[in-house]
Amino acid sequence: MITFIVNKRRLKYKGPPFKRLLDVLREDFELTGTKEGCGEGECGACSVLMDGQLVNACLIPAGQAEGKTIETVESLAKHKTLAPVQKAFLDHGGSQCGMCTPGMLLSAVAYKRRKGKNSAAAIRKHLAGNLCRCTGYQPIIDSVRAWLKKS
Amino acid sequence: MKTSSKRCVGASVARVDAFEKLTGAARYVDDLTRPGLLHAVTLRSSVAHARLKGLIFDPAFPWHECVIVQAQDIPGKNGVPFLQDDQPFLAQDFIRHPQEPVALIAHPDRAAAYEALKHVSIDCEALPPVFDARDSKTCFKEIRLEKGDCARAFSESAFVVEGDYSLPHQEHAYIETQGALAYWEDDALCVTGSLQCPYYVLKALKAAIALPEHSLRVIQAATGGGFGGKEDYPNIIFGHAALLAYKAKRPVKLVYDRLEDMAATTKRHPAFIRLKTGLDREGRLLAQEAELLLDGGAYSTLSPVVLSRAVVHATGPYHCPNVRVRGRAAATNTPPNGAFRGFGAPQALFAVELHWEAIARKTGLDAVELRRKNALRPGSSTTTGQELKESVGALAVLDAALKKSRYARTRAQFTRHNGNPKSKTLKGVGLSLTHHGAGFTGGGELHLDSRAAVSLSADGTIRVLAGSTEIGQGSKTALTQICAQALGVPFHWICVENPDTSKVPDSGPTVASRTTMVVGGLVRQAALELKERLADFPGALASLKSLKAAARTLCIDGGPLRLEARYAPPEGFVWNETTYRGDAYAAYGFAATIVELEIDKATAETRVLKLTTAHEFGRAVNPLLAEGQIAGGALQGLGYALLEHAVFAKGSMLNGQLTNYMIPAATDAPPMEIVIVDSPTPHGPFGAKGLGELPMNGPAPAVAAAVHHATGRIFRALPIRPEDILPHLSNP
Amino acid sequence: MRGDPKSIRWLRARTPEQALALYAQNPGALPLAGGSDLMVAFNAGHLNRKTVLDLSGVERWRKISAGRTLAIGSLATFTEIQNHPQVAKRAPLLALALSEVGGPAVQNRATLGGNIANASPAGDSFPPLAVYEARVHLMSVDSQRAIPVLEAFAGVKKNSLKPGELIGCVELPALPSKPSRSLFRKLGTRSAQAVSKLAVAGLLWLGKDRRVVELRFAVNAMAPTARRLKSAEMFLRGKTLDAPAIERACELVSQDVSPIDDFRSSAAYRLSACRNLLRAFLS
Repeated sequence: MITFIVNKRRLKYKGPPFKRLLDVLREDFELTGTKEGCGEGECGACSVLMDGQLVNACLIPAGQAEGKTIETVESLAKHKTLAPVQKAFLDHGGSQCGMCTPGMLLSAVAYKRRKGKNSAAAIRKHLAGNLCRCTGYQPIIDSVRAWLKKS
Repeated sequence: MKTSSKRCVGASVARVDAFEKLTGAARYVDDLTRPGLLHAVTLRSSVAHARLKGLIFDPAFPWHECVIVQAQDIPGKNGVPFLQDDQPFLAQDFIRHPQEPVALIAHPDRAAAYEALKHVSIDCEALPPVFDARDSKTCFKEIRLEKGDCARAFSESAFVVEGDYSLPHQEHAYIETQGALAYWEDDALCVTGSLQCPYYVLKALKAAIALPEHSLRVIQAATGGGFGGKEDYPNIIFGHAALLAYKAKRPVKLVYDRLEDMAATTKRHPAFIRLKTGLDREGRLLAQEAELLLDGGAYSTLSPVVLSRAVVHATGPYHCPNVRVRGRAAATNTPPNGAFRGFGAPQALFAVELHWEAIARKTGLDAVELRRKNALRPGSSTTTGQELKESVGALAVLDAALKKSRYARTRAQFTRHNGNPKSKTLKGVGLSLTHHGAGFTGGGELHLDSRAAVSLSADGTIRVLAGSTEIGQGSKTALTQICAQALGVPFHWICVENPDTSKVPDSGPTVASRTTMVVGGLVRQAALELKERLADFPGALASLKSLKAAARTLCIDGGPLRLEARYAPPEGFVWNETTYRGDAYAAYGFAATIVELEIDKATAETRVLKLTTAHEFGRAVNPLLAEGQIAGGALQGLGYALLEHAVFAKGSMLNGQLTNYMIPAATDAPPMEIVIVDSPTPHGPFGAKGLGELPMNGPAPAVAAAVHHATGRIFRALPIRPEDILPHLSNP
Repeated sequence: MRGDPKSIRWLRARTPEQALALYAQNPGALPLAGGSDLMVAFNAGHLNRKTVLDLSGVERWRKISAGRTLAIGSLATFTEIQNHPQVAKRAPLLALALSEVGGPAVQNRATLGGNIANASPAGDSFPPLAVYEARVHLMSVDSQRAIPVLEAFAGVKKNSLKPGELIGCVELPALPSKPSRSLFRKLGTRSAQAVSKLAVAGLLWLGKDRRVVELRFAVNAMAPTARRLKSAEMFLRGKTLDAPAIERACELVSQDVSPIDDFRSSAAYRLSACRNLLRAFLS
């Protein structure tokens, strides 16, 4: 039995310890907001926060995440109210097809937590591990900058 | 409560589908499950060309746990309907490309399904393969287009310039891979998943399963990007899921991982293009000759129409009295190529735009002034002899982009920088002028016979019913805005029905930059008809309360009132499919793109410093979403030019992983300046034309022109890599 | 995703002794650190029915300690390493190299132990480790040894660890003195998040009159394993750093490397770019 703290709830997982954290979240806990884009740790669609650190859930077996605190995209909004970072993406067109969006949001949250500066170049470097094919990134950078400015 | 008819079209309203995407609540096909679900995998060929003899199943494997479908199990026809149906759903008798699907296997456990693939082998006899289109003896389609007398015009030309250009495969790399989930509901076989064209898929299911139409249903799930890659291929993956579900009588999910998606699904057509251009002493075009060869891959799929668009765009957004274009799409033993944003135009326009750099060199005339002299303008006749009466923004976008980027000043600055031997880099600025016809080419839209509807329910809900799919481009929002504006009601009163073939009419595919202009036009028409019906109820549209009251009366028996609009071509529209002459598109969009870049002299690493682009597409329904389309398409164009190198050997892609096929990351995207120029068209709702593909055409030739400025050399093949540039730089 | 988690035998260690004992008892086990290499193979279906030895809980191998030498635990993450003040101070080229591997999510998990054991010819940490003359501490239940980092690699994706050996830490000795110049440069297809086409690291000590006291220059992706450009280094020792000497050193690059054409780049490009980078570093 492996226990995690996912979005502030203590959840138990009973299956093989090598099942990927990504699949445990999506299948066992029905938190499908975290996506699979490549299975190589390249696209960042599966990004989650683990003990506050941005990681690719497609590369982590459940056994390695035992006892850790996991935050997924589902932790951001409160019922029907978007979190400020989500609102910024809404206002600046930071989401088009939506597949990279959960990872992008968490990546932005990780950036803010480690006190990243509000500079386009630094934000771009931080987001290098989150690929987007739709937006050309500019709307995403604009969203993050607007959010950091407001906070 | 009084509501004003707020101006909705032209406003940057927030996306209607943003909430579910931002919260992770949007359900893509891999997020879905059903009781009793089977997971499917595909057995694929590793050889490129062979006579298929059969399958050899390892007797020790518990096959009774699996559901297997081979060619002989297909209840309907083993041919995927495209323009032809030469491509089988599953190979039968012959294998024609690596990764060709030969059998389908489903198992309740996904890992066991993949394990099963290791226990069956394909018995075949290799045949000689053809990997290069230039060696191919099989032509899917040939198109010839001729206007005037090129031979005479060349003899009268002061300058004749020739050039060969080469374009590679490009992989869509949508972040959501292809997938479909087939299940039975109320005696109907339903398939949901990632797609752009629900009615194309319905047609494919009808072919494969041979059930009557009312027993088949296609439903769009949230779709994570398409770019054309989900225009054609879903016919196959949805067909496969359906075949298994049909046999198993259980739900089946078939989702490709990235490795399979990159190896087996479609890519942009590689192209070889030869140009010959004749000009007079002042640089006016007298003759344009183009020969295009597209590599279609193993089956015909959409190659004939990709070729068609390439041929029509092969002479660029210019006026030229004498034109001769010959295009061929040839077969090779590689996975079939398909639709990708631009659909032949990026290839054709790369060649014709970069060719101006060669022309400038030979004539001594300025490449920008050459564009200005020859660009289409109102009253011009195009390559196909279409007279463009209005909404021709070529010169307007050219001037806007030149001004915004301070082109002349930047060019002089960069030339000075390059002349300084102490500089550690070379800088270049390059320009392209491009166009893109909106809608299907020639008689295509008439043939599609699209419909869209607007309905009013008894409870006052106004619904847009269209087969157009939201794939990230914002079509759901644009159609909402168009409907709201036509009715003169607040935006949030409108709801767009999810594309489900049991609920929405066939509006044609979500491709060809047609959704806003063609389908949006139908939505506007239908909305106006609803407005007319509501004219019997004065004040009905003034408030939700009065609308509900009117609806209760209008909706006889409680059922919704449905007004449907049907496509009609613009008046006087004519097209000749044999001669390729006439009105190719209802409207063209125009763009001028300027790229500034910097090349490291020691390593030839190339960094794009800035991209400036002016786009004219009639009118922006939603400027924020339009800029998003332009930025996204522009970055894909930059990727095509500099980063995306699909390496093939023996018909297979060697670098089919996101680790090794490099799409632009956030650090590769330059700052972009986007200018939208308005020039309303009478052929689109509120003046709007199509936009989806136009941004894709300009960046690559602008990059090549910038590299020419920086290095003095014209690189005629994409991508332009440091490996190509470094040998030509002198020792730093 | 083709991996079958049910088929994997999962072993977990919490201490070095436990790890080494489990590894000795299960010689076919695959040691797992951050997973950035192994899990990619798992996702592609190549690891089914294998035994995996999870080392991520071995806290003692995560420590970074700075005394006379700088000892970096094999399981310290790239993020932890580059953020450590002593690493930034004493091995800045290593910190820089690690900051250019993947993005933050990869750096939060990748480890030097994993990287070295994986022995990719394109490992970006290897050129800096090579010029810092790092030593890799290898341990098994009944032995301990330390080898120069480049000796840990036997070929493409082949390390030279003996059966039962795991990497405990990577030790960087103090530099003889502050170098006159230092360089780390990575060439990848993308500006970030890219496997190297080529990465180089250099340290140069110059004496009076531009006389070369010592040059250390290392490259990856130019041979089956990372290499020091020994011929160029030896040639320049004691010489005055003038144009002819620099040119000759650049020519000698080809003595110590054997670049290939692959889908990422070409032999010709790698060699030219490497020469140009060395020339720029020395000029």
